[in-house]
Amino acid sequence: MNDNRFANRSELIGILVLAAFLVVILPLCLDVFRLNLVAKYLTYAFVALGLVICWGYGGILSLGQGVFFGLGGYCMAMFLKLEASSVENTKIQSTPGIPDFMDWNQITSLPFFWKPFHSLTFTIAAVILVPGIFALIIGAAMFKRRVGGTYFAIITQAVAAILTILIVGQQGYTGGINGMTDLRTLKGWDIRPDHAKIVLYFFEVGCLFVCIFIAYFIRRSKLGRILVAMRDQEDRVRFSGYSVANFKIFAFCVAAVFAAIGGAMFALQVGFMSPSFVGIVPSIEMVIYTAVGGRLSILGAVYGTMLVNFAKTSLSESFPELWLFGLGGLFIAVVLAFPNGLAGIWQDYVQPRIDRLIASRKPKSGAGWTDNSVADGAPAE
Amino acid sequence: MLIGHQPKPFLLSVEALTVSFDGFKAVNDLSFYVEENEIRVIIGPNGAGKTTVLDLICGKTKATAGSIQFRGQELTKLKENEIVQAGVGRKFQTPSVFEDLTVFENLEISYPRGRSVFGSLAFQRDAAVKERVEEVAEMIFLKDRLDVYAALLSHGQKQWLEIGMLLIQNPDLLMLDEPVAGMSVSERAKTAELLNRIIKDRSVLVIEHDMKFVEDIAHKVTVLHQGQILSEGTMEKVKTDPKVIEVYLGH
Repeated sequence: MNDNRFANRSELIGILVLAAFLVVILPLCLDVFRLNLVAKYLTYAFVALGLVICWGYGGILSLGQGVFFGLGGYCMAMFLKLEASSVENTKIQSTPGIPDFMDWNQITSLPFFWKPFHSLTFTIAAVILVPGIFALIIGAAMFKRRVGGTYFAIITQAVAAILTILIVGQQGYTGGINGMTDLRTLKGWDIRPDHAKIVLYFFEVGCLFVCIFIAYFIRRSKLGRILVAMRDQEDRVRFSGYSVANFKIFAFCVAAVFAAIGGAMFALQVGFMSPSFVGIVPSIEMVIYTAVGGRLSILGAVYGTMLVNFAKTSLSESFPELWLFGLGGLFIAVVLAFPNGLAGIWQDYVQPRIDRLIASRKPKSGAGWTDNSVADGAPAE
Repeated sequence: MLIGHQPKPFLLSVEALTVSFDGFKAVNDLSFYVEENEIRVIIGPNGAGKTTVLDLICGKTKATAGSIQFRGQELTKLKENEIVQAGVGRKFQTPSVFEDLTVFENLEISYPRGRSVFGSLAFQRDAAVKERVEEVAEMIFLKDRLDVYAALLSHGQKQWLEIGMLLIQNPDLLMLDEPVAGMSVSERAKTAELLNRIIKDRSVLVIEHDMKFVEDIAHKVTVLHQGQILSEGTMEKVKTDPKVIEVYLGH
């Protein structure tokens, strides 16, 4: 039995391969523009990671992860926007010192809920807590009443639609359909030049690995096994003495917080935040990333996100009308032919060959009974 | 009713229990008492409300009226998981085990520790857990199958695993819904042996159709018919009751 509480050996190799890929290979091979694109893709990997825990293990399909991505992103964007809206920068406005879109909407003083976002500490706490508490409320309201499955998915989708409408409608407070643009500095440090993009990229990769380790920790704990157990036999878990609702709420909150961290990274990396990352379409796209990567695979989610986004960038440049059909087709194909996504293909076809190759060199000891069914092989690029 | 005023030595007291589904009373004004270490078998024709009674006790179905007292606790007010923590274990009619987990993990989940969200995050698979899991696995004839996924077990083995999952909870009241249904002859014999071993030192409530099996284990038999008690007593008494013969045993 491997007693590591985070990952067993083959998983550790997978993590190291991913780390080498993201930390060494990509920065060496790509120019700053492309690296920044990868950084943008990786912000969605946080969401996909959360969906692996919530949907893959817990069986709770959320079609509203854009909500949490957006909440995290908007919290970060509000801080950056306030910093960019110093009295100095906005002296041509009729009310200097407030964000430009407020001025355009005849708002003359900073709304009360904007004020705490002058503090970076508060902002970082808000990035985690606002989506976390929101997920807690939705989760408690739904799961305590035993709302699940399709109904839950539809409700999360409705929440995504509601939040988009709210953001667009409250233009004076949120920047409306344009979102919050022209974000410039973080505590006086300019986030726009190339070297800042590179620093932010490495910071993001660092955060991603923290989330990956948290995900592994959850999966290897008894809580992870309870989530898997709940997916098929909810009643048996309940009659084994567990409060099923609390476990579902926890999984949903973890997914929300991961998504929010991704959103905050997005605001930093891309320099703006808008309602187009909150609504139904981006939320469903996030589910597709997870499905393509393999919804049971923590590392697969990262590869799946990068791959689909890479395809999206290259294909939507050449065939902008066809891309959405392509994405839909991809989702159907994955669900029908490869329900475990890239990770499933890796585990079924590639891993056995590698194992045989290794086994032919040295005698291999049998696998212990703690080995889990949920595969986490790193799918090849 | 004045029943509530008498001193109660009973482990489980079901009193005036009623549940109605859209006006249909599946269980109608039912009262019975189970003593410590008693083995009670509930029999009755299909649709008599046997499984519903177990559902009501374990909280799966909410009672319309009446009370269920277990060690002085009112179970009708508790949630399912709180009822389990109070000491009531329930086995379902169809084997319900966690197919995506191994036999070891199935048993481990039922081990009564770390049942809260954060408790389960901090849960450590220590020597006490392993020892207990192995002990129970030996009892349920699955000691050499600990690392097998539950999906790969036979029907009988799944039933044993679920019984093992209850055993590891160490409940004071064990409720079994047709534990030998769908089993082969040899599995049936082994299950009887298993049940005879595990029913010691606890009260057991069993639903079973196999009369030979009922005769073997029952201290007392309750015959249900249309949600009400038709007859109650020792197997001898029940077997000779003309009402019982008419609606059930005579078939």
